[in-house]
Amino acid sequence: MADERHAAAADAGTPEGPPLDRRQFVQFALAACGTASPVLVALTRLPAAAAQEAAADSTAESYDPTGHLYGMGIDISRCIGCGRCVAACKAENDVPMDAHHFNTWVERYTITADGEVTVESPNGGMDGFPEPEHNSELRRTFFVPKLCNHCANPPCVQVCPVGATFTTRDGVVLVDEKYCIGCRYCIQACPYGVRWFHPTKRVAAKCTLCYHRLVKGKVPACVEVCPTGARIFGEVEARATPLARFMRFNDVQVLKPHLNTRPKVYYASLDGEVR
Amino acid sequence: MKIPDQVPRLAVVFVVAVLALVAARSILVPATFGKYGHYRAAAVDSIAARQVRFAGRQECEDCHDDIGAVRAGGNHRTLSCEVCHGPAETHVEAPFDVLPEPPDQQRRLCPLCHQYNPSRPTGFPQIDPVVHNPLKPCISCHNPHAPVPPSVPGECSACHGSIARQKSLSHHANLPCVTCHSVPQQHKLTPRTVRATKPTERLFCAQCHATRTPKLEGAPQIDLQAHYPRDLCWQCHYPHYPET
Repeated sequence: MADERHAAAADAGTPEGPPLDRRQFVQFALAACGTASPVLVALTRLPAAAAQEAAADSTAESYDPTGHLYGMGIDISRCIGCGRCVAACKAENDVPMDAHHFNTWVERYTITADGEVTVESPNGGMDGFPEPEHNSELRRTFFVPKLCNHCANPPCVQVCPVGATFTTRDGVVLVDEKYCIGCRYCIQACPYGVRWFHPTKRVAAKCTLCYHRLVKGKVPACVEVCPTGARIFGEVEARATPLARFMRFNDVQVLKPHLNTRPKVYYASLDGEVR
Repeated sequence: MKIPDQVPRLAVVFVVAVLALVAARSILVPATFGKYGHYRAAAVDSIAARQVRFAGRQECEDCHDDIGAVRAGGNHRTLSCEVCHGPAETHVEAPFDVLPEPPDQQRRLCPLCHQYNPSRPTGFPQIDPVVHNPLKPCISCHNPHAPVPPSVPGECSACHGSIARQKSLSHHANLPCVTCHSVPQQHKLTPRTVRATKPTERLFCAQCHATRTPKLEGAPQIDLQAHYPRDLCWQCHYPHYPET
């Protein structure tokens, strides 16, 4: 802008001599910038774009995300609270091994005869559960595995200010670690408390439904190791899959349906006390 | 009509500003952003390229089909190998160079699933590790690839653990249970309807404690006629811990 003012002032004065040179210089400089910038942009972008396109093609060769919509079923009456899913998830996804960061965890509900409800998850259930402490007679007690619900209407994706978290075309909610700015809005927004802040990467982290396994035709690690088949993985909309069968033969519910998040993790034998 | 001088100049500035905006945006916005939605499509590929750790039971059984066949017929047929043997993708990639860590051979692993816990579903096989054959490795009686309850308990201590532990500290430690109890085979199958026998009279204890046989010199001896003749021995002495 300063150059522009100088040029204008020079134009108002004498039309001949050095001020004209300056105006010519400015005009030339602006024109040069204008023509050079698209060239520069093209030069800087071409190799990166080519590499990214190549990467996209290599995955696309073997895996087509458009034909899938993934979900999980959890049969609470089969969960024995062994915590193998929690340990396997941590090993598969490089989750820090402390008691504060979990992609999936197991809660134990203890409901006594006087109606008192206790929910506990010592170390996410990874080391098993001690016998429950209770003062009056036990009425009901059971385990509830929890994980990201991969909502069809995810609040965490809505609030992300930079587009670092998103729903893939096959229905999995993921976090772009390179693009996340670590603002933690999504952690606040998730009504299920499944997101956590990675202590060293300084980005939001969550269950990916083991997306790197899905594209290779494997099931998520927690489903792979569940000894009793309490976790069922599969296509939500297909007819002949384990998950479809599970949803036909059980009364399934989702967590917090009133929030209209439309989760894709379906629970069978879900107790009314589970939040 | 003459175009005022400032209009072409302002036009140049405007064009430069637009070009600068376009240039900045195309440098700052990642190449694949917006390809499928409001996100970087390349992020999906980088997440999909992460390292797999758990190979999956099918990969295991491609080589270990003999164990797979054993497991398929047993009560652990729903288990993946890697539940106990740990993540094995590296072993699949280099079968002879990398071996999966051997699972715990003692009593740490099995109770994760089989220790009694009231929160577990009814009917799931559970034991109390404190009284169930204490300190004995689970795999000495149960085959982990096709576990069944042993047809009969191998030892009395499988059920009567607290008695076995107390007896092991007493002077009767070296006496097998069948010295004093005769155990019908049916007791091991229906323990509450068919009972093991117990001694019923003083003369049973007297076989060891009221004789002078050289073999039993370590055993305390009494005079059966003089030592509380109207009482039964176990009214005062607890046979599994007779010092008391």
